[in-house]
Amino acid sequence: MFSEIWIPIAGLGGLGLLFGLGLAIASKKLAVQVDEKEEALKALMPGANCGGCGYPGCEGYAAALAKGEADPSLCPVGGPVLMEQIAEILGVEAEAGESKVALVRCHGTRDLAKDKYNYHGIEDCFAASLFQEGAKACAYGCLGLGTCVRACPFDAIHVNEDGVAVVEEDKCTGCSKCADACPKHLIDMVPKDLPVTVLCHSEAKGKAVKQICDVGCIGCSLCAKVCPVDAIEMKTNLPVIDSEKCIGCMLCAEKCPTNSIAADLENRKKAVVRPDDCIGCTVCKKACVFDAIEGERKEPHTVIAEKCTGCGQCVEKCPKDAIDLI
Amino acid sequence: MDYIKELAFIVIGAILINNFVLSRFLGICPFLGVSRKVSTAMGMGMAVTFVMAMASLITYIVQYAILEPLGIDYMQTIAFILVIASLVQLVEMVIRKASPGLYQALGVYLPLITTNCAVLGVTILNIQEEYDLLQTVLHGIGAAIGFTLAIVLLAGIRERLDRADVPKAMQGFPITLIVAGLMAVAFLGFQGLIG
Repeated sequence: MFSEIWIPIAGLGGLGLLFGLGLAIASKKLAVQVDEKEEALKALMPGANCGGCGYPGCEGYAAALAKGEADPSLCPVGGPVLMEQIAEILGVEAEAGESKVALVRCHGTRDLAKDKYNYHGIEDCFAASLFQEGAKACAYGCLGLGTCVRACPFDAIHVNEDGVAVVEEDKCTGCSKCADACPKHLIDMVPKDLPVTVLCHSEAKGKAVKQICDVGCIGCSLCAKVCPVDAIEMKTNLPVIDSEKCIGCMLCAEKCPTNSIAADLENRKKAVVRPDDCIGCTVCKKACVFDAIEGERKEPHTVIAEKCTGCGQCVEKCPKDAIDLI
Repeated sequence: MDYIKELAFIVIGAILINNFVLSRFLGICPFLGVSRKVSTAMGMGMAVTFVMAMASLITYIVQYAILEPLGIDYMQTIAFILVIASLVQLVEMVIRKASPGLYQALGVYLPLITTNCAVLGVTILNIQEEYDLLQTVLHGIGAAIGFTLAIVLLAGIRERLDRADVPKAMQGFPITLIVAGLMAVAFLGFQGLIG
């Protein structure tokens, strides 16, 4: 009776013990040195495995970092904070990477952009776009069925009640999953805090756009003409803004007849010269492309408020830091 | 002579007729998981071959030297899993030491050999068929070669599928499953090989 219990226990326990001992010896003999750096880097990774860095998951990125093949600034999720930590472990200088966010290049909401038919089908932009390019009359516009929403691992993109996807910039990590998912290819990765963004993706001619959407770009190229620094170029009926050249004067957004260039016009700032600090060097006067600064040499300068667009060029140029943006 | 003939039947039978993946349907997880590239499939096959041969040998000893004398052969499954798990651990250490590239490529599937039912299947079948030691080991090796054959064949097909124009809805796993099914049907043709 008793032996029915202890024989199996002893037998299996003994087997287990034997194998355990064998493995313990083997693990000592076959120990592999693991790169400490790599382990530390792995622990740092956000673990989102989004692939935004271009490596297969966080582990792959950590391995590439440890080998010195990857740049510390590649992780879009960890951002500058993680980059500094990585740089510390690797003992290299961190170079500030440009953090990017997704931008949906369409704001043709239901009331502004017409539909060409009523869609009753699978709630998926791919499915919808299979039939006549989707229900929206504009073949380039956002279908608003949330394929990007489902692709986002960070809950940073949502379809608003008017049927257009909108990115929450605070949550967006710039992994570009939504951009890959969009069948209309109207999500672009753009640098964070761009002063002006083109919110239309339509390559159609002006008349065709006008008939179907109230906020679509009609390709009038007014923005390109009004830009004081020639940062806007027209390509296939759409303005392309060179973010390096753009000074953020927002004139293009102001002039756009269809409001297809977005800018934070309400919070537009004005430059103000502090007369006590100004030495009248005229550097700001020369820097201003709008002739919005007046004043004589060696005299304190003043900004003409009506002409100032708040681009901040003068603030950057002033050798005495005597100009504020308010 | 008859004995050698029998051995040959066991090996050929395990490789072709009763192929573990395609006609017994054991070990499907690594079959589908590690069959993306021929080189990793080959590596997986080698690892499984080693584990299966060693597991066959050791479980035979465990069965007839420990379990039966003690009268606890009802503990067979647990004891065999213990053997297989320890072996896989050992193989993992060896591969990690000898070939980090292969270790990376096999990834999560290496520990998964532990739960590869083909390995447990072969050890239990050995006992059920009442094979002797040589037959047991040969059956283990044959079964593993069959597994390797199936997984390498599938990997070869999948490498070609990557460049084929597969309809969107069929891409990835659906087409792989169809291919695996067709392979199983094809292997059914070996059923009358030894009449």
